Amino acid sequence: MTLIHLTGVTKTFPPSTKESPPVTAVDDVSLDVAAGEVCGIIGYSGAGKSTVLRLVNALETPTTGTVEIDGRDITRLPERALRELRGDIGMIFQQFNLFDSRTVAKNVAYPLEVARRPRAEIAARVDELLRFVGLADKAHSYPEQLSGGQKQRVGIARALATNPRILLADEATSALDPDTTQEVLALLKRINKELGVTILVITHEMDVVRTLADRVVVMEDGRIIEAGAVFDVLSSPQHAATRRFVASIIEDVPAGDQLRALSSRHPGRIVTFTIRDGDVAQADVFAALSSHGVRFELVHGGINDIGGRVFGHLTLALTGEADAVQQAIEAASAFASLIEEDPRG
Amino acid sequence: MDRLVDLLPELWAATAETLYVVSLSLIFGGIAGLFVGLALYATRPGSLFPHRFLFGTINVIVNFFRPIPFVILLAAVQPIARSLGIPGIGPEFGIFAITIASLFAISRIVEQNLLTVRPGVIEAARATGASRSRILLRLLPREALGPLILGYTFIVVALVDMTAIAGAVAAGGLGEFAIVYGFKQFNPWVTWAAVLVIIVIVQAVQFLGNALARRVLRR
Repeated sequence: MTLIHLTGVTKTFPPSTKESPPVTAVDDVSLDVAAGEVCGIIGYSGAGKSTVLRLVNALETPTTGTVEIDGRDITRLPERALRELRGDIGMIFQQFNLFDSRTVAKNVAYPLEVARRPRAEIAARVDELLRFVGLADKAHSYPEQLSGGQKQRVGIARALATNPRILLADEATSALDPDTTQEVLALLKRINKELGVTILVITHEMDVVRTLADRVVVMEDGRIIEAGAVFDVLSSPQHAATRRFVASIIEDVPAGDQLRALSSRHPGRIVTFTIRDGDVAQADVFAALSSHGVRFELVHGGINDIGGRVFGHLTLALTGEADAVQQAIEAASAFASLIEEDPRG
Repeated sequence: MDRLVDLLPELWAATAETLYVVSLSLIFGGIAGLFVGLALYATRPGSLFPHRFLFGTINVIVNFFRPIPFVILLAAVQPIARSLGIPGIGPEFGIFAITIASLFAISRIVEQNLLTVRPGVIEAARATGASRSRILLRLLPREALGPLILGYTFIVVALVDMTAIAGAVAAGGLGEFAIVYGFKQFNPWVTWAAVLVIIVIVQAVQFLGNALARRVLRR
């Protein structure tokens, strides 16, 4: 069942100065997110990811196109109806955006106060939420007394207060250290699995996509350039911009200075094989190289595990007679796709 | 010195008058300035209720009145006070003039302190379904309360100053006391007694404001 449905959505912002042209932040985007799914939106900053997120809870209204939540077109709803809708959509932020004048408990209570719930119900719900995110002992603390990870957990509890069906996460772990990122990701995973909340997450971090998302959408210059299952998009990106972006977050294919450094340290030809679960038999690659009497050294590489399937890249320095090396490479190419860049280029 | 002792009842009466003028000006100017400041903040481009024309108009009015030296403003608003049935001298006229002068200063202080609240906090509140007016009138003043208290404290000190200046044109209070009994009668003891009382008032206000702000800011 489709919960979030964007059709041909364009968002144009008026120019910031009189001379500059208007900015098209989102350009003809169509996107479906199923109930219970975790959908990741990745892309460089300025790609329009944040605007897409804000179109879903109507903090931005589209210039053209429609946004439907659970089959209801929210594009032309009056403000009062939008406020009600936002009770069904929680949002968390990179900078947490907690209310500094309120205690942890009062921060979590805020959406319930806005929804005019009775006081006793608010107290009970806040209690329950703080236990869920593991901050029951911090109820009376103020945000400035918390660590980054604790602040984000308060943000999550606040976003979940009204039992929303959708959670929007705007770079929710980008300001956190790696350990804390894992904690928060585990919490988000639980929210998806145990509470059945549909999550739309913007990120430029590999960990978030790998551990959380079921599906990933790649954006560039306001457009969706690629979409699919996380493993497929990351292991064999189709679009050049996606390849560039994936390479920047995975960093297992040497390029530029790194490649030049490798080639100066290691004699012979440097080639990279792409390994992909199901398609590639690693053993056959090595067997093909050996059978041509070529010696090889593993000089760089990485293997990524996404939901039990692996892909990655292995960079080898091949030494031997030039003809033999060429033949070995051709033979191995039958088993795995090959990347060879001129280190001087 | 003996003269000062004779004048003590007048000194206390003048002190009471200064406190009366300062507190009523603070109430009127403080409330009016709060609303004008909220309007300035809310109508600016990209804010909660952006309105180019309204913002431009309020902004020009505030910028027009704020740089007028108080002693000149005092003379300039006298006809307005009279046309409203307020006498052109005395404490009531002082309250009227100081309210007008402080209103514009306070509106800027309110606007600037509200601007210190991060836009992300407003976005978070909107994402929970809070209405824009709820955010403007309830959340933002509370989020900016610490700096607002310090801003108002600063203004109270300025109000004491303005009250003394108004005293020079016979609006009562310690200013008039110092001018009439001290300066004009060549009695520095009397003038310095007024100075001393003003220092005590200012210190007390500043202490109270700092203590309140510290409590609100929890530091």
